[in-house]
Amino acid sequence: MYKIVKREELTTNIYLMDVEAKRVARACLPGQFVIVRMDEEGERIPLTICDYDREKGTVTIVFQCVGAATKMMADLQEGDFFHDFVGPLGCASELVNETPEELKKKRILFVAGGVGAAPVYPQVKWLHENGVAADVIVGSKTKDLLILEKEMEAVAGNLYVTTDDGSYGRSGMVTQTIKDLVAEGKEYDVCIAIGPMIMMKFVCLLTKELNIPTIVSLNPIMVDGTGMCGACRVTVDGKVKFACVDGPEFDGHAVNFDEAMRRQQMYKTAEGRAMLKLEEGDTHHGNCGNCGN
Amino acid sequence: MDILTKVPVREQDAKERATNFEEVCLGYNKEEAMSEASRCINCKNAQCIKGCPVAIDIPAFIEQVKNGNIEEAYQVISQSSALPAVCGRVCPQESQCEGKCIRGIKGDPISIGKLERFVADWARENGIKPEGAKEKKGKKVAVIGSGPAGLTCAGDLAKMGYEVTIFEALHEPGGVLVYGIPEFRLPKQDVVAKEIENVKSLGVKIETNVVVGKSVTIDELIGEEGFDAVFIGSGAGLPKFMGIPGENANGVFSANEYLTRSNLMKAFDKNSNTPIMESRKVAVVGGGNVAMDAARTALRLGAEVHIVYRRSEEELPARVEEIHHAKEEGIIFDLLTNPTEILADEKGWVTGMKCIRMELGEPDESGRRRPVEVPGSEFTMELDTVIMSLGTSPNPLISSTTEGLETNKWKCIVAEEENGQTSKEGVYAGGDAVTGAATVILAMGAGKAAAKGIDEYLSGK
Repeated sequence: MYKIVKREELTTNIYLMDVEAKRVARACLPGQFVIVRMDEEGERIPLTICDYDREKGTVTIVFQCVGAATKMMADLQEGDFFHDFVGPLGCASELVNETPEELKKKRILFVAGGVGAAPVYPQVKWLHENGVAADVIVGSKTKDLLILEKEMEAVAGNLYVTTDDGSYGRSGMVTQTIKDLVAEGKEYDVCIAIGPMIMMKFVCLLTKELNIPTIVSLNPIMVDGTGMCGACRVTVDGKVKFACVDGPEFDGHAVNFDEAMRRQQMYKTAEGRAMLKLEEGDTHHGNCGNCGN
Repeated sequence: MDILTKVPVREQDAKERATNFEEVCLGYNKEEAMSEASRCINCKNAQCIKGCPVAIDIPAFIEQVKNGNIEEAYQVISQSSALPAVCGRVCPQESQCEGKCIRGIKGDPISIGKLERFVADWARENGIKPEGAKEKKGKKVAVIGSGPAGLTCAGDLAKMGYEVTIFEALHEPGGVLVYGIPEFRLPKQDVVAKEIENVKSLGVKIETNVVVGKSVTIDELIGEEGFDAVFIGSGAGLPKFMGIPGENANGVFSANEYLTRSNLMKAFDKNSNTPIMESRKVAVVGGGNVAMDAARTALRLGAEVHIVYRRSEEELPARVEEIHHAKEEGIIFDLLTNPTEILADEKGWVTGMKCIRMELGEPDESGRRRPVEVPGSEFTMELDTVIMSLGTSPNPLISSTTEGLETNKWKCIVAEEENGQTSKEGVYAGGDAVTGAATVILAMGAGKAAAKGIDEYLSGK
């Protein structure tokens, strides 16, 4: 059992939790993820690691309520427990394998969309601790959904906040900010983009044009997270990769995003049913004689 | 009674069981078991023992059953096997103990598997536990993986007096016994969980949610956590796919994923939070035990199910009993058939599979006749789900994070067959991580050999 020592609602429907998990806290590196399970009947839910405290033995996770499982998870309080908390899973970000000297020579741009700010944060923080300042673009739909702004400000070289509706910071999508920065004369050697699949796809289309190598972090459907099930397979450069062991970070210019987005739809009906069940009790499963199922 | 014919075992009716997840085989009762045991001629030079990868003294336990001493029979078995209730259910007896039985030359061999199962179930129902160590050795062994290899190795080492901790990557111990083999063949609560309890009762600790290679490395286990030896029983690894077009369409699963959802995550149960595809027509590609398990699971979840296998019935690698049960339940076998492409609609969902008919040519290096395509025999099956059951390739998590651990050209860990020793001092390995995907009992045999190897290593230290 893994104790929740801190719980905070960052903004509507987005929660942050510090969880006691000594082995994970000791071993994890930026770019990796964990799988959590609420209770004995719970689904295995992959979540990116937002921060960690090796001394306290805690790991910080951030999640958005998008379905029944995350909605139930949000009801957990400080002092409650996760039944399971396993990790760190996946490969660490490539950045951590480079020396600070090499990294200081690079001009690095992070692009975070929505809850994607959570997995971007530990990478920017890690660079900051190693004396490397990176530019960070954080985009959200609207001001109220923006998360980790202060935290990011403390570790980023330059922070650019943009909202789709213009309610805060710059106005427009993250791709607009990338275009603006490049037009202002900024040059980048590498871009790391993490956010909704559709955002990563469009960032990659743009950075390909701009000739900026781009790394993305994928979060496909998975079950075990150790390579055993193959649910998380993605096509990268025409080859099948397992996001849980080969990733989660990949060369964004080589990822088949259309396929990856299609595959995320696999359990939409089941997820919808689970949500309805949570909100309204059980739902229709056919055999009523009217629906033809 | 006819001495040449085995006592038939009671089974759930095929029509009824095709719609539930209850166990198919109901096993012997004491009277049936004693009657079957009385057919054993107690050979002096018992061939059956030679056919058993863990060398259970089969005639000795059957002799006890014959006389009605079931507890004594259990103690005979548990000297050699940590998981008899499992083995009695899933071992390929026809090619092992029963395959060597002298009775089998003229008539049916003794139903050794069913007798083992009866003894193990009786012991469980009567609260009989295996006997633990009398003296402690004062040395610590880490076992990676709680599948059949790890449980056997841990159980044997604990009986010798070692302090053993098993590290399991998933949230529940049992490995393939829990995520792979379905409930209707191996009940999880009544059988697997109880066998694991028995291993724990010997003093073995199990820490779940630890992915060795990620959460902690083998070098850290030896260095910082003070383990004197390590056994790697991490299992088979990553599922293989065919590499044909359309394999990433929605509705194509590895058998591992499909079975893990149903078995470990209990997706077959309406109360589970984990979803599983609601299929109408399913093709399972492959002919092994895992393919049969996936097919029979899909059938129970309400689908019409086809096994698609490129060779003929004779070459099907699955246990005879599984094939027989699958047929009884209504699985359709499309043999000498090979998929060439998976078809999908514009949204990426599976609509069908293109296949080609095969015929058998000359024997290949495996000794089986090589399947060759019949020109012009292409056809399309309409489907909404394809389950690939083609075996696995080794998981790199441990080998890539352990310096000095040798792997072979297939990326399997290299280990001595007789004692499990790897190229790294104090590190032993066995089971699918070494051999590639095989059977529960072979993994147990390897776990047993490694326990002996580790004991010899630590005794000499």
